[in-house]
Amino acid sequence: MSQTSTYTGFWKESPRSGILGWLLSTDHKRIGIMYLGCIVTMFLVAVCLGLAIRLELIAPGPTIMGPQTYNATFTVHGIIMIFLFIIPSIPAAFGNLIMPIQIGARDVSFPKLNLLSWYFYVIGAILALLAIFSGGGAPDTGWTFYVPFSTQTTTNVNLAAFAAFMLGFSSILTGINFVTTIHRLRAEGMGWGRLPLFVWTLYATAWIQVLATPMLGITLVLVILERTFGAGLFDAARGGDPILFQHLFWIYSHPAVYIMILPGMGVISEVIPTFARKPLFGYWAMALSSLAIAFAGSLVWAHHMYASGMSDFAVLVFSFLTFIVAIPSAIKIFNWISTLYKGSIQLAPPMLHSLAFIFNFAIGGLGGLALGAAAADIHLHDTTFVVGHFHYTMFGGTGFAFFAALHYWLPKFTGRMYQHKPALVAWALLFVGFNITYMSMQAVGIQGMPRRYYDYLPEFTTLNQVATFGSWILAVGLVMMFVNLFLGCRAGDPVGKNPWGAATLEWDIPSPPPMDNFGPKDPVVSKGPYDYKGVVADEY
Amino acid sequence: MSIEHRDDTGARFGMWLFLYTEVILFSGLFIIYAVSLTNYPAEFSQASNKLNVYFGGANTIVLLTSSLTIALAISAIQMGRKKQCLQLCWVTIALAIVFLINKYFEWSAEISHGIYPGSEHLAEMGAGITVFFNLYYFTAGLHGLHVLIGATLIAVVAVMTAKDKVTSDRYTLLENSALYWHLVDLVWIFLFPLYYLIL
Amino acid sequence: MSEEKHAPVPYRTFINIWLALIGLTVVTVVVSRFDLGALNIWVALLVASVKSSLVIFFFMHLRQESKLFKIGLLVMLTILAIFIGMTFFDVLYR
Repeated sequence: MSQTSTYTGFWKESPRSGILGWLLSTDHKRIGIMYLGCIVTMFLVAVCLGLAIRLELIAPGPTIMGPQTYNATFTVHGIIMIFLFIIPSIPAAFGNLIMPIQIGARDVSFPKLNLLSWYFYVIGAILALLAIFSGGGAPDTGWTFYVPFSTQTTTNVNLAAFAAFMLGFSSILTGINFVTTIHRLRAEGMGWGRLPLFVWTLYATAWIQVLATPMLGITLVLVILERTFGAGLFDAARGGDPILFQHLFWIYSHPAVYIMILPGMGVISEVIPTFARKPLFGYWAMALSSLAIAFAGSLVWAHHMYASGMSDFAVLVFSFLTFIVAIPSAIKIFNWISTLYKGSIQLAPPMLHSLAFIFNFAIGGLGGLALGAAAADIHLHDTTFVVGHFHYTMFGGTGFAFFAALHYWLPKFTGRMYQHKPALVAWALLFVGFNITYMSMQAVGIQGMPRRYYDYLPEFTTLNQVATFGSWILAVGLVMMFVNLFLGCRAGDPVGKNPWGAATLEWDIPSPPPMDNFGPKDPVVSKGPYDYKGVVADEY
Repeated sequence: MSIEHRDDTGARFGMWLFLYTEVILFSGLFIIYAVSLTNYPAEFSQASNKLNVYFGGANTIVLLTSSLTIALAISAIQMGRKKQCLQLCWVTIALAIVFLINKYFEWSAEISHGIYPGSEHLAEMGAGITVFFNLYYFTAGLHGLHVLIGATLIAVVAVMTAKDKVTSDRYTLLENSALYWHLVDLVWIFLFPLYYLIL
Repeated sequence: MSEEKHAPVPYRTFINIWLALIGLTVVTVVVSRFDLGALNIWVALLVASVKSSLVIFFFMHLRQESKLFKIGLLVMLTILAIFIGMTFFDVLYR
């Protein structure tokens, strides 16, 4: 508690004052905070849509909306969650906030480009929201924009696809920035073997963002061209190939799920050693498995397409390769658990969210193997089992990692601590609600309920009601968590520079960090990221 | 309180990363090309014969030469020959304009023959030929857009060189625009044989 | 951060490379006039690859850059080959 309560760090120090000091700031922390604000807002919007979908499905037949509205709701829920929340959630928000500090840099390599990428994000977000209310109505294709439907529907697919294109551009710029920053701006003594795991995962993620995202760009542009000029490149009647659309789409969108999950794994790799008071087990295995996941992730895209009519030989190859991705993912799970073994575990809120991550991600990951096996997938394809599966990895995985990151790093950036008791209750509600909701969806999917259907057979009613009930618990947990965090940021007890007793660089500087991160002298790193010897947690 | 930090190598590396994204962007179209060629080999060679090799060949020479001039411009600025560097930049831009004018005449000729995306004449020629020309228009169009962007970039940097914002000591901007320009050339190196020379 | 400055490449080198590129363009046009069957496309791609290596290594100064740039390019090309090649697991066996 070295600071007085008037110290505000980067929140007030700025060459420009007022709102322009934020909107024109090239500082990575301010851009990170702006990203965080937008991302949380978008998340809450998409949560409301998700709750509406669940409410509609509480009983067979029409409940609260018509079929067209239902199609639009799940499409917009998907577009916002994927492109506006999960993909930028941890890399763009926490990556910007934390990564430069963790490697001992004062900013990213291209600060102006960083600001530009935020503007692209905002433009993309505005276009996506405009697409709902303009043209021929909200898009109803699902977030995947599959042809031929997406080239024929009269709804506003053009604008939504263009919005996704802009968001892809934003994501590419972040990726370029991060790869260059991690190569060029590490502090003296910060060798590759001393990089925190969060940085390693962001590095792997950034490469995927650079190498895969353009494929989405060109695919969406072709859909728009097909709609406006009748290009026919995906139209079998005119020599095109609709399955090729699925190839191009998943060439991006499968690696994209690793853009979504890898940074989350990085967060967990930071939180678990800190609260087990033990160095991370198997540092290099963890670092290299991140790169291995990124690489293997680019080999498996067609496992989304077993039922599409592609060749049986391709099904065989992609099914085999899919199982390979399980290896580096399993390495991570085992290493986290080995880190916990004989650790001095402290169940603080970030740690609880991380443990929930491991639990949920293990279920989601194993479900993924069931789907990756071609024979099982033919039964499970396009059922709510798939929906349950990817919510287990994306929400139960990345979502909980995002919550862990909020609880772990927000005190660093606001200089204030939230209340722990409500945080624990909120965590319990989230964990229970989450599992009730999506486990029921998986179960009803195995029974054969198709995904994205407006209506369902009466025998699926009970499990759907359970899932909807779970979604309410989830909603209460979310409200409680965000209110608690918000109150904590506004009026929580001030914290010192190292409330958790962590050993990475960001905990060596005041909370909130000053504008230039490290004061006049450049940092020199002399120990590893998980070297807890002599590191003591501050009282707060 | 921005921290002035100069890292020319980092800036160049960032540009290379950006070029990777451009290559992948074009590769989407090349994947469709490869798949369509496998499905319609005969139709593709038939359609390719309808394209004018002289236009394509001339444009290849123009782009290769412009690549040379912009590469020379970098050597010139490194040796402190500002005037020569500027001349080479303007020559590059002039060649870019020649390329686009050439393209304009080529496309007008084809469009006047009723060959353009969505035309009825094209649809009558069958699926294979349709897909060839659709791809040709989108790939060449996207490439043309890149020519336009690249020439604009070089023009901006040339003006900055004239104003001594780009100097023999600080020329990363020129290098990066040149890298972008070479990418435009690279795409054309593949585009030319694949579209004009399939027999 | 050490500033690695490149030595200027002599004009002569660039002009030689340009001549080689023009020469290869002539080669690829001439070869395409003979019917070699499926080989035509592979020859065209081979010549194009040689031409692009010349552009990349000389015009784009890759020769003078550090290992990082070369590895980066290799990674990109590998991924590109995977994207194009593995699509054919489907297309060729459908």
